Amino acid sequence: MNKWKIAWRSIQQRGLASALTGFSMALGVMLVVAVLVLHGVITNSFMNNSSLGYNIVVGAKGGRLDLVLNTVYYLARPVENIPYSFYQELTEGKYKQYVGTAIPICLGDTYQDFRVVGTSPGFLEDLGYGGNKYVFADGRNFKADEFFGAVLGATVARETGLKVGDTFQPSHSGGPEAVIHNEKFTVLGILAPTGTPNDRAVIINMEGFYLIPEHRTDIDLATAKQLASEGKFEPVPLDKREVTAVLVLTASFAGAPPELMAPPLIKSINEGNVAQAVTPIREMATLFTTFVDPLRIILLVLTVMIVIVSGIGILVSIYNSMSERQHEIAVMRALGAGRQTVMLLVLMESILLSLAGGLAGWVVGHGLIALLSPWIAAQTGVSVGFFQFVGYELVIIPGLILLATLVGYLPALAAYRTDVAKALQATP
Amino acid sequence: MLFLKDVKKSFREPDGNPLPILNIREFRVAASEQVVLMGRSGCGKTTLLHCIAGISKPDSGMVEIDGLDITRLSEAGRDLFRADKLGYVFQTFNLLPGFSALENVLLGMSFAGKGVDTARAKDLLGRVGLGHRLTHRPTALSVGEQQRVAVARALANRPKLLLADEPTANVDTAHQQQIIDLVRNTCRDENVALLLVTHTPEVAEQFERVERLENFNQAG
Repeated sequence: MNKWKIAWRSIQQRGLASALTGFSMALGVMLVVAVLVLHGVITNSFMNNSSLGYNIVVGAKGGRLDLVLNTVYYLARPVENIPYSFYQELTEGKYKQYVGTAIPICLGDTYQDFRVVGTSPGFLEDLGYGGNKYVFADGRNFKADEFFGAVLGATVARETGLKVGDTFQPSHSGGPEAVIHNEKFTVLGILAPTGTPNDRAVIINMEGFYLIPEHRTDIDLATAKQLASEGKFEPVPLDKREVTAVLVLTASFAGAPPELMAPPLIKSINEGNVAQAVTPIREMATLFTTFVDPLRIILLVLTVMIVIVSGIGILVSIYNSMSERQHEIAVMRALGAGRQTVMLLVLMESILLSLAGGLAGWVVGHGLIALLSPWIAAQTGVSVGFFQFVGYELVIIPGLILLATLVGYLPALAAYRTDVAKALQATP
Repeated sequence: MLFLKDVKKSFREPDGNPLPILNIREFRVAASEQVVLMGRSGCGKTTLLHCIAGISKPDSGMVEIDGLDITRLSEAGRDLFRADKLGYVFQTFNLLPGFSALENVLLGMSFAGKGVDTARAKDLLGRVGLGHRLTHRPTALSVGEQQRVAVARALANRPKLLLADEPTANVDTAHQQQIIDLVRNTCRDENVALLLVTHTPEVAEQFERVERLENFNQAG
């Protein structure tokens, strides 16, 4: 009969007290896991998603973070537009030397709860995510001349039930005042899951976006509606177009990383009065260092304190049981168990109780995260699953063993000091 | 087997003065011998058993068991010696309530450092008539059955000497004889020397050798 089994029997013997103590430890560990995993996964996801094949976002002057949240994560309120001519400046004009790839995007519409992104085919062909190219689970990308072609992100397809060949009508803005456009877009492709905000995006041809009467700036709304009802769709003249932002991957010269060209381009754009250029990674890093990291530390301190309080609960539970267990300990000693052995048994009991509670808390913590996953995805665009782990979790088990050893030491010492002859004569 | 020489043991009274409990010039038990120890309450019988078992250390003197003076051993050494060479049956059985009958017997083995022998534990419980109650907890066993488990546990490590401290004190008259027969027969079968403390004349008169502690304890 090994010592772990003897220690476990002792825990079983005090079933209710052990269960309550283990439960409080489970609660503490569950909170630690939730804080660590949610923060870790969301941070990683945000930071990884800020590199989607481009290193600069160019948009209207205003809030830098708003621009990034809007164009990269499809969050926050829509930002102002910039003239299409500025996009042309990037691809053909004075900024051309700095630019490797430039993809325009137009935001403002939604389909159900998902953002509609009007863009060029290059969005899915020239950009990527985490070093990967976009893969189609079904269908294909739209072509430049397929004005009303669309590609759905994996989550959109799953939640709306739209399939390749189906049609849908985007809404102008979102919320209760949304106006459903008459124009129908056809699903030509569905993306495989990417774990990026694009899973929740409805990507449509920018040409079709411009041809929606409510978006046209070249002719009045009545004329636009008349033309649309007759099915007369001609591309909107370039000088009458606007874009929400341009996603730019700076040029790479002689094998040098494209990031080298970013500072002069950003400086040059920001000196003008039409647009601003921001680096998504830097903006997100600033956001995290300024607001999210301190919040995480506060949460972590609070949850670690809960774990410590749970540990003290174990100490109290075992220590209180020591007086009634003096006789049992004396019997074990009389059977030949040494002082170190009974001390070790109490420490093992503390460790088992902590680990059992801790493991239960770990499982429940991950389960909770999996349960909250749809809500987290809706709020942040980041999918978090049960099996999403962060490195800090590796500290939990050694941390619990250390905590259990510390809190178990006092009752273990009481076991060590048991006067066998005296305890044996006491009534059991 | 057991040889005590000039064993003295005293406790401190509340006023700090020493209270002599044991002062034994010489006491022997031969291998496989079965001896009853009697004496009035408080005369030091349990203290003597504790000194023999190594639970308490005499103030002076020699306690030699199987050729080894255990007073020269460290406390850890005495613990190991006790687990290996001695069996102890308590008046109140002292089974651990969280463990089954079989586990109580295995527990005695696990402290001897030789590994547990489940087959022997089951065999012993079978020999004391509890082969069908291996998984029962002490609370599910009758008083007589609990004491039989205690006997099996005491013999689990094939001891050289079994110390039994009033093993029938908490057993009704009907079961007293069963327990005594069990202890004596099992000791005989296993070639274990027996030193049994009792207050019951009916028990004592069954033994060839009966010692009264007052007769060889100068402190009494």
